Amino acid sequence: QPETTEAPAASALTTEALLATTTQDDNKSRSGLSKLDAAGYSVGYTFMERITKDRARFVEVLDIIKFICKEFWMEVFKKNIDNLRTNRKGTYVLSDNKFRWLNKLSASSSNETKQAATKYLLFPCGLIRGALANLGVAATVSGEISPSSPSCVFTIKVEQ
Amino acid sequence: MASKPNYARIGDQVFRDVEKINAELFTLTYGAIVAQLLKDFEDVEEVNNQLEKMGYNIGLRLIEEFLARSNVPRCSDFKDTAEVISKVGFKMFLGINATVTNWDPKKPEFSLVLEENPLIDFVEVPEQYQSLVYSNILCGVIRGALEMVQMSVECRFVRDVLKGDDASELKVTLKAMLEEEVPVGED
Repeated sequence: QPETTEAPAASALTTEALLATTTQDDNKSRSGLSKLDAAGYSVGYTFMERITKDRARFVEVLDIIKFICKEFWMEVFKKNIDNLRTNRKGTYVLSDNKFRWLNKLSASSSNETKQAATKYLLFPCGLIRGALANLGVAATVSGEISPSSPSCVFTIKVEQ
Repeated sequence: MASKPNYARIGDQVFRDVEKINAELFTLTYGAIVAQLLKDFEDVEEVNNQLEKMGYNIGLRLIEEFLARSNVPRCSDFKDTAEVISKVGFKMFLGINATVTNWDPKKPEFSLVLEENPLIDFVEVPEQYQSLVYSNILCGVIRGALEMVQMSVECRFVRDVLKGDDASELKVTLKAMLEEEVPVGED
C-alpha cells in the first residue's frame, strides 16, 4: 500500500472538517454532526470495497466484525482493536485502548476534553457503518470515550 | 560561507520519520469532504473559498509541526523558502516532490509544479462543477503556514490536471513581509 503522511491528513483534515461542518449550522449543529457521520460512511464504504476486493466472501457476521477489528483497523489506524466482546445477539463492543485520533487531544479539563473528543468519534462511527454496509450488514454504530482518554469503545448493533 | 543545506535529503529523512496514513484512505476522506461542501453550498465559488479557508486554518497549525520536526535552518530569502516548501514541505506532508519554476524576474513570485497529487487519485469532476478548484486546500495551507513565519502570500492554481492540464501548478506571490504582528487566529 502506498502511504502518505499522517499530519495533515487524519488529524488536521478531520479537525477542519469538524469545524467547518459544525460552525456552519450553529443553530442546528446536530445536522452538522450527522454530516461527519455521513462522510465517514461514504469513506468506509468505498475503502472496505477496495481492501476486500481480492478476498473470499465472508460467511458470518462475526467474521466481518473480526476483519474490521484486525485488517480494517490496521489499514486505517495502524493498530488492531484491543478487545472485542459480543452478546451473541447482534451486539458487538470494540475497544481501542489507544485510539489514534484522540491520542494528542487535550482541553483545559478532562471533562472538556471528553466533550470535545466525542465529536471525533462521529467520523469513525460512520466509517464502521459504511464498511459493514459494503459487506451487506446493516447496523447502527455508536462511540464512547472512556474515562481514561485516549481509549474509546465502539458499539455495533447489527439490525436483525 | 556555509553551503546550502541539502533540502531533498532533509525531506526524505523527515518523511521517513513521520507517522503515515494509508494514501487511499486519505484521498477518499478528502473527496468526502469536498463532496460534502458541494452539497452544503451549491455555489462552487463558495466551495473554493471554503477549501482555501480550511487549508489556511490547517497551515496555521501545520507550520509548527513542520518547524519542530524538519529542523530546517532559517531561510535566507524567498527563493530559499520556495525550495524548502517544495522539497521538504510537500515531501513531509504529502510524500511528493514539487518543482520550483517560473521565477518572475520583477517580483517575488514562483510556481510550484506538482507532477503527482495524492488528493486527486480516482477523482473526476462532473461537468457542472467545472469551476471547482478541487485541490484548493493546498493554496490555503501554503498561505496559512507562511503567514506564521511573517510572510503574507497569495497562492492560486494556474494549471490543474483535473481540468485537462498535464501537471498541476500553484503560483505563489509574496505580497508583504509582516512585522512583529500578533498572528490572527481566524479569517
